[in-house]
Amino acid sequence: MASDTKSGPALLEVKGLRAGYGETWALHGIDFRVDSGGVTALLGANGAGKTTTLRAISGMVKTDGEISFLGTSLRGMKTEKIAAAGVAHVPDGRGTFMELSVEENMKLGAYTRRGDMSGEFERMFAYFPKLKQRFRQQAGLLSGGEQQMLAIARALLLKPKLLLLDEPSFGLAPLIVREIFDIMREIKDKEGVGILVVEQNASLALDISERAYLLETGRIVMSGASAEIAKDEGLRRSYLGY
Amino acid sequence: MDGVLHQVFSGIASGGIYASIALALVMIFTATHHVNFAQGEMAMFSTYIALTLIQAGVPYWIAFFATVIFAMVVGVIVQKVLMEPLMNAPVLASVGVFIGLLFIFNSTAGWIFTYTLKPFPSPFGEGGPLFGGFFSRHELGSTAITLVVLLSVWAFFRFTRLGLAMRAAAYNPSSSRLSGVPVATMLALGWGLASGIGAIAGMMVAPIVFLDPNMMAGVLLYAFAGALLGGITNPLGAVVGGFIVGVIENLGGAYVVGTELKLSMALIIIVVVLTLKPAGLFGKVLSSRV
Amino acid sequence: MSRIAIILGCIALAVLPLLGASGYQLFQLTLVVTYAVAILGLNLVTGYNGQVSLGHGAFYAVGAYTTAILMDKFAVPYWATLPVAAVICAVFGFLIGLPALRLGGLYLALTTFALSVAVPQLLKYKLFDDYTGGVQGIVIDKPDAPFGLALNSDQWVYLFTLAVGIVCFVLIANLVKGRIGRAMIAIRDQPLAAEAMGIDIAMLKTYTFAVSAMITGIAGSLGAVAVQFVAPDAFGAPLSLTFFVGFVVGGGASIVGPIFGAIFVEFIPNIADQISKAAPGAVYGVLLIALMFVAPGGCASIVRKLSARMPWNRKTT
Repeated sequence: MASDTKSGPALLEVKGLRAGYGETWALHGIDFRVDSGGVTALLGANGAGKTTTLRAISGMVKTDGEISFLGTSLRGMKTEKIAAAGVAHVPDGRGTFMELSVEENMKLGAYTRRGDMSGEFERMFAYFPKLKQRFRQQAGLLSGGEQQMLAIARALLLKPKLLLLDEPSFGLAPLIVREIFDIMREIKDKEGVGILVVEQNASLALDISERAYLLETGRIVMSGASAEIAKDEGLRRSYLGY
Repeated sequence: MDGVLHQVFSGIASGGIYASIALALVMIFTATHHVNFAQGEMAMFSTYIALTLIQAGVPYWIAFFATVIFAMVVGVIVQKVLMEPLMNAPVLASVGVFIGLLFIFNSTAGWIFTYTLKPFPSPFGEGGPLFGGFFSRHELGSTAITLVVLLSVWAFFRFTRLGLAMRAAAYNPSSSRLSGVPVATMLALGWGLASGIGAIAGMMVAPIVFLDPNMMAGVLLYAFAGALLGGITNPLGAVVGGFIVGVIENLGGAYVVGTELKLSMALIIIVVVLTLKPAGLFGKVLSSRV
Repeated sequence: MSRIAIILGCIALAVLPLLGASGYQLFQLTLVVTYAVAILGLNLVTGYNGQVSLGHGAFYAVGAYTTAILMDKFAVPYWATLPVAAVICAVFGFLIGLPALRLGGLYLALTTFALSVAVPQLLKYKLFDDYTGGVQGIVIDKPDAPFGLALNSDQWVYLFTLAVGIVCFVLIANLVKGRIGRAMIAIRDQPLAAEAMGIDIAMLKTYTFAVSAMITGIAGSLGAVAVQFVAPDAFGAPLSLTFFVGFVVGGGASIVGPIFGAIFVEFIPNIADQISKAAPGAVYGVLLIALMFVAPGGCASIVRKLSARMPWNRKTT
């Protein structure tokens, strides 16, 4: 297995993280890191604990272990404070405010910021022109792909330092997925954020990330440089199924 | 014909009051999926506070605003102390708290202020009929105040950042938190706002029916009926429902069944409507995906 | 709970009060049993089946008035009025259950509340005066112990009420444990899935309403016999509210809960009155809220927790 040897201060550093619901743990002590300006992929099948990991970072589930964001511990912080600190989380299901308009959704994305956001909105329209078209429409009427774009725009409007994406490809047609991942590449280059993307679609995730971790029933069973994992057919067959 | 028109306008005036309380009920329901059965009693108690201030020599409108602020603070406290701890508990626990609050406010008011009916001043003067004899001064003023309040609340939610955050917190607390919205605070503010609206409704209805601890029981029932008639998921519908109920009540009481049965009659009409349109006139039957 | 414990408990309930309690205390205990049965009916339709009823006082009233009218106007013996009241209330409950199908949650709550408000008005209605006795109501005689048993009236009424109450509780306990009970709960929790599984939701819901009304109606009959008096104003919205409070206090979907609920609504008002003559309602409200914080799932949830800790229930691993 390729070893993971990047050094220097991490944007997000997680050590011995346990997380769970009610009486049970879903994560049994995992370690990983995300760097500024880089993309880390968290892979795994259904039920492996990927969503739980993101929820743990955002303070939405009970946790144990270390979660360090730019040197500060996120454990015990309320979700809204974690968001205000610069962690934008696009949840599974996209978390769209269905009853509100696209405009209102975007305003909420920028809730933690003051001042005139029209310039910021224009930047989002440059990434996602469809949002400008649908600006006044009810968000619940948007297609799946459009809602995903809206969700990412909301996250970016927070001006985050860390972007958490939960299965951006979920339920979307391949063409739309390609479009979204292309935009994500742009975002990675231009916005200077660190991205942690959770994906079942391993090839997409490996393509966009520098580092990848594989989760299996709450434990990390493989990690390494994405490029090397993608090249290693044996690794791919046995762990990632393709 | 004159009589009918007068009843209709009276109905609109009282309908405005029902509409205000209906709006307060819908606000809390949207945010918490609970109906605050104690809303009426809290409003009644606030009205007594207003009376106390006025009797102590405070000018009407200063007492008015002081009371609204008092009511808002009480609403926030009730939410933070009693409702929030039970947020993850079974629904029945919250219902029990509402019923308990109902008893507490009602009994405490009776204890401090006694059960005798008390006249409550109207800021619009005890004038006779205006506009060709259809409105009393108070009815006109009360309707105006109610409309101002309802419009302000609508504008607040529609156009302000805080209003948007409160709506978001009610519709989707999880996503709201992820956007940095302090959901718990929004809930508390929502309760505060609802209580403030309730206090205004109490102060508008007291000059008509006289102030006593049981003043709001009927109002709450009509407001609840109005909210359901309009559709409890729809604030505008609830407001319209409140007005409709007011008119039905007045017309029914005057021409059909007399004052004793008018409550039953109003409720029966509403029940019939609900049987035909289960989600209310303007409500949406929420279809959920399996 | 083991059968033996329950049987012993019932015997104790039957015998102990007869030994020491005064006439008034027996009367209070009789009312507790009556309310427990009434709340049991409410719990069936709202707790187990998820249909909110704020109008169960209406069924209680129907049962009470049926008994009173039969005894007063037709000289039917008190015990014979029970089956009649049961049938009438079951039909009445079925009739209410039909439109209730279309309504859910709050809409049903309001509708049933409207019912509870309407009942006193209807009972006072001039047309029915000859039967209902109008505003003054009906006075009935207290039954004596049969077969010359050495019991006074209060004692006999208590025993009779207790016996009927136990029968009702056993009936409902068996009902909810069986197939129908599971179907009721399924409808409450996941109506779509229940329907997909082949449960006839409409039939089950109306059936539940009918049984629920029947039970509460029987309670009403028992209550009329105990109080010896029925009058319209005793059966209005406050009565339905009282039952609902008892339901909440006892805890939803529970057989044991209604017993605690009945004890609460019968005795706490008196206690509140003793604590504060000036504002008993406030004390009542505070006690109710305090109970909600201590036992958010109702008294039944506390019983369940304690019961799980009992040595005979501990699972050995």
